This record gives sequence, structure tokens and C-alpha cells, in this order.
Amino acid sequence: MAIQQMKMPKLGESVTEGMITKWLVAPGDYVNKYDPIAEVLTDKVTADIPSSFAGTIKEIVANENEQMAVGAIICTIETADAENTPKAAMEPKAASSTKEAPEDQSGRYSPAVLKLSQLHQIDLLSVKGTGKGGRITRKDVQQQIDLKQEETQKQPEAVLAPAVQAPEAGNGDIIVPVDGIKQTVAANMVKTKQEVPHAWMMIEVDVTNLVRYRDSIKDSFKKAEGYSVTYFSFFVKAVARALKEFPEMNAMWAGDHIVRKKDIHVSIAVAAEDKLFVPVIKWADEKSIKGIAREVNDLAKKARTGTLTKEDVSGGTFTVNNTGSFGSVQSMGIINYPQAAILQVESIVKRPVIIDGMIAVRDMVNLCLSLDHRVLDGLICGRFMQRVKELLEAASEDTMPVY
Amino acid sequence: MAVISYIEAVTMALREEMERDPHVFILGEDVGKKGGVFKATDGLYAQFGEDRVLDTPLAESAIAGVAIGASMAGKRPVAEMQFADFIMPAVNQIISEAARIRYRSNNDWHCPIVIRAPYGGGIHGALYHSQSVEAIFANQPGLKIVMPSTPYDVKGLLKAAIRDEDPVLFFEHKKAYRSIKGEVPEDDYVLPIGKADVKRKGEDITVITYGLCVHFALQAAGKLAQEGIDTEVVDLRTVYPLDKETIIESASKTGKVLLITEDNKEGSVMSEVSAIIAEHCLFDLDAPIKRLAGPDVPAMPYALPMEKYFMMNPEKVEKAMRDLAEF
Repeated sequence: MAIQQMKMPKLGESVTEGMITKWLVAPGDYVNKYDPIAEVLTDKVTADIPSSFAGTIKEIVANENEQMAVGAIICTIETADAENTPKAAMEPKAASSTKEAPEDQSGRYSPAVLKLSQLHQIDLLSVKGTGKGGRITRKDVQQQIDLKQEETQKQPEAVLAPAVQAPEAGNGDIIVPVDGIKQTVAANMVKTKQEVPHAWMMIEVDVTNLVRYRDSIKDSFKKAEGYSVTYFSFFVKAVARALKEFPEMNAMWAGDHIVRKKDIHVSIAVAAEDKLFVPVIKWADEKSIKGIAREVNDLAKKARTGTLTKEDVSGGTFTVNNTGSFGSVQSMGIINYPQAAILQVESIVKRPVIIDGMIAVRDMVNLCLSLDHRVLDGLICGRFMQRVKELLEAASEDTMPVY
Repeated sequence: MAVISYIEAVTMALREEMERDPHVFILGEDVGKKGGVFKATDGLYAQFGEDRVLDTPLAESAIAGVAIGASMAGKRPVAEMQFADFIMPAVNQIISEAARIRYRSNNDWHCPIVIRAPYGGGIHGALYHSQSVEAIFANQPGLKIVMPSTPYDVKGLLKAAIRDEDPVLFFEHKKAYRSIKGEVPEDDYVLPIGKADVKRKGEDITVITYGLCVHFALQAAGKLAQEGIDTEVVDLRTVYPLDKETIIESASKTGKVLLITEDNKEGSVMSEVSAIIAEHCLFDLDAPIKRLAGPDVPAMPYALPMEKYFMMNPEKVEKAMRDLAEF
């Protein structure tokens, strides 16, 4: 018998501390080497801490939602020597003949598992294997697919972080605990709102052509690619193109100077259950509508399954927020620090519009821009928004090809 | 429907075919007056007489050769090798003549014979009375090899073999003769040669086997079902040529395949089944294709513990199935 110490792992280059948001094991649980024992939070990403030993959890040292320095002891594990192995703990399946804990196979995928996971876009890192050595079996993947199909039935409720007030919990009130991710989001929001002088601007865009164009390709695209091409992809595309022409917009405030970023990395807001993630479409200006649609689809999926990596959420230079998906027609977004602006795409609605002295029914959408007034001013933003409007109003197969 | 034994189904099929077609006749060692050493032809000599149930000298080459000649002259001979182990002197006749004649004569001649032989161990028969010989013939185009597991299949397949226009080797597991019983209809029916039979449907693992081992697999599957392991059991029934379609379908469904034969492992019929799965099902496999077979030693030993070691049994089958399910 030996007691081993599990320490807070170093989860990134510059990360010095982390917060355990959830323990996945309790004292007395048996874990194999590499089994996840806790969820840890860095920035807006949760990651699993794998066990470094095979053994029984002895004591949990770190509390949930407590900041721990890298290298600090988070729990202890009692590992078994060969001779005084506690039989029951070592062999969960007592029926099979005596054998030592099998080698870890959780990273070994059979062809069937790979095929199924690719076909149904299952992230294998999020699947728990029930085979020998934690191997993911075909049945494990099948279970995930069934689960996912159930989940897609229910739409995720999208709720942005609520305003902070000094509340008093009275009789019948419910106290909702705020977990690590929500706290991080809240802290960022407060910081941005207090520090950045926000200014707002809204334009309306006639997207009748875009609606017609997108509707004409919607079904064939879905059939060919297996996922949907949403309006949002076209908005991201138009914004990325306009950003290329107005590099002033793709900038950041840096105290005594402004940094204009060369790369156009568009952050998109994704609501998953009660959490808000802002993953990034890198080099959006270089991507086709299809490329953007695919990334939006992939990132949203990862956000919902909690498998976004640090890479996925860092490096954004401008944010596009799809508030229209909640039915909103006007909103004032809080800038995604340290970016200089955020564009809210509102709902597309049919409205009577006067064209050449006649009333016509057109598909209209409001675009709302929040800008950091230290970096930007009305003139440049106005021109930028005019350009986005132009691009969207002229959207067609020729100007915005899908492929 | 009457419940009869495996060997009674053999006798029943022979009798019905002899009654149906006067060209059908039986030849072999002690098949006449004695009714065969296992009593497979019991009562046929009395019913059909010495012209249709022929006792032959102890010369397997002659038994096969006479049958081949008679078949080419329009008869429907059913030859019996007293034990499959004794088929060796007849191999030249079977492979060089029976299997080739249709091809060699460009369809002018054909050879509708059936050669029956009891095979397999577990009866304390030692080297010359326990062997599995199917692999020797299982790469000879022109031959068909049928190895049924149940009385129902015995009757339907033996009748189909007798009516087949080409040579069929019909291997009967001697331990199954009296230990396996089942319902057999009295009416005239045939089962397709070259078609495997799914004896049990399942989702988790596939067991592909034939002969006596089918029963071991079914027994184990029943036990494992209580642990939540859902087994599909495929009975090949014909081991040459193989029913590729059924093999591929079942292997692709579960992705975990266990192949069981009582024969020596290397170069057995199961090696070919394994190759078929490897060729067709790569992207559906969830585990390595597993073979459970006899060890690669020359033959079934005589000493009881050694015979047990060599012979397939329900415990070995169950363990291999559970291991695969847990993989």
C-alpha cells in the first residue's frame, strides 16, 4: 500500500492556478490511471484532470470552486501493491478470472468506433469507455448517438448573464449557485462595462435577396453537407470581408496605443444550457460560406458538449453575436474584451418598405454595433456598417458563393 | 412434430430419399446387415435389400471410386466412410475425380454423389476416431461440404445433398449422434446448401461456428444473456463454399466476432471465415477477429485429461465469448 498525491496540473503555458469546478470521484472510489477525477476551469474552458495513478481515492483536499496553485495537492490516492491488493476494489468484474488491472486503452479506437463517431460527429474525448482498460466500444458510441438524438430534440435555452444586483433571498425565493464559468463570465462583463466607453449604432439592412438566395440552396446544402447553412454564416462572411477593408475596426485598445490586428478572427457567441461561450472562427476572411457554416456548426457542438479547447476560444479580434436567434430586433451588446467592437445580428422580419415611392414587403434586419469609443469613432464605424449593408444587400450566388 | 435424435434424422432422410428415388443406394463398411457401426443405416437393408444397401470391403478408395463411377452412370450413391479419419485413402478419388469431372469434361459428365462420414471428438476415440477433416477438402472447387448441427438441419440438408447434381461431403458429428435431439417434421423438406443459419439473434457479439460447437455457443449465449451480453450465433451449416453474405452481415452488425471450430486452429475453415471478414468488414470491426480452436497438435489424444484439453467444451466457449464482450 502506498499513498500517492495528486497535484493541480499545469493547464497552460502561463497558467499558475486553476479552479476545480466539480469532483467526479469521492473518497473510496476506485480509479484507473488516466480516469478523469475532476473538472478544472481555466478561462472559459473546462478540462478534465486525469488520475496519475490506479488506486482508491483516499482524501479530497481541494474544495470545489476554490482557486488552487499549480502543483498544490488536490487529493490523495491509495495505490495497491501486488500482494495486499484489496480484491473487491481491484476487480470490479469478479466473474472473470484473476488478472491485473488491464493496460489503459482509452485512446485506442477501433475502426467501428471511428466510423460511427465520424458519421455522427461524436467527440470521442467526451465518451467514457466501458471496454477493457477503458476502451471505447462500439456500444459506448452508439449510446452517445442515441443520447445526442434525444438532446437535439430539446433546444438549449439561451440566457445571457443576468445583471448583478444585491439580492435578498426571501421566503420561497430560490438561490441558484453560480459556478466557475458563470463567475468568469460575470467578472469579464463587469470589467468591460466599467472600463470601456461604449457607444452604439444601428442600421437596417434589406436582406430580401439574401433570404431568397439562402432559401434556394438550403435543402441541397443540407443534403450534400449534412449540416445547415444558416443566415449567420453570411453575416460573418460579410463582416469578415468588411473588416479586411476597414482594418481600423479589427483593433484593440492597449493603454497608450492601439493594436490593429492583421488576422481576422471572428468570435461568435454560443449559448449552451446556462453558459455562454465565445469560440473563434480563425481567418474568417479566408473562408467560404461553407467553411464558416461548418465551423459555426462544429464550435456550437463543442460548446454544448463542453469540449471546447483553449485554442478554440482564444485569439478573437471582433465578435458577431446572433441575437436574432432569440427573436431580438434591437440590442446593445457588451464588447468582448479586449476587442474594439461587437456586432449584434437581430431577427430578420418582414416589413413594409418604401422603394421608388411604392410600398413593398421586404425582409429587413437590424445590425447593432457596440464600439469602444477610445479606438473607434462614428465616422469609421458608419462607413464600416455601410459596407456590411452593401455586401449583404447584394448577396447572391455570384457575390457570395457557398463554395 | 416428433422429437428425434441427430442420427435418427440421418436414417430418416436416407429412407425417405430411397423411397422417393430408386436410383438412390447406399454403400460402405458394415452399412448393410449391421446397419452401420453407429446404426445410421439401421433397418434400411431389411427394407430395401442387398442391391441398394451394399456392404463393401475395407477399402475406402474403392468405396469412393465405385460411387463416383455409379453416379456417372446415372445412379445416386450415398457412400459412408465409417469414420472421417478413414477418408484419407479416398482423397485422390474425391479430389482428383469427383471434384474435377464436371470441369474436366466441360459439363459432359457430372458426379452426383454424397459421402457421409462421422467426425469429431469427445467420445474417447483417440487419434483415428476423433479427427475433423473438413479443412483438407475446403479449398477444392467442385466439392461442397455440409456439416449440420441439429436433427432438423440433418434431414433437410442430407436430402438436399442427395438431390444435388455434384459431389457433397456430409460430415456428421459423432458426439451429436445421440446427445442432440430436436423436432423434425415428418414431411418432405430440403434446406439450401451454401446457406448459413442464424441460430440466435444478438447485438453485442457474433459467434460463427458449425456442428457440435453450435450447441456450446447457444448454451453459453443463454448464460451470458443473464449478464446482459447479447450474442448472435451463426451456424455455417455449409463450410464450403461459405455463405459470405451472412458472415459479412453478422460481423458488420456486432463488430465483435468469435470463430469456433473443433479442428486445429491454423488453416482451419475458420481461417477462411476470418479472411472474409477482414476483407469486407474492416471499418465495422470493434475488436480483433478471434478464433477459438483446437491446438495445433496432430490429433485428438487418447488420455482423458488430454482429450479434454484438446476438445472444445461449453466452458471454453463461454470464457472466450465473455472475453470478447468485455473487450
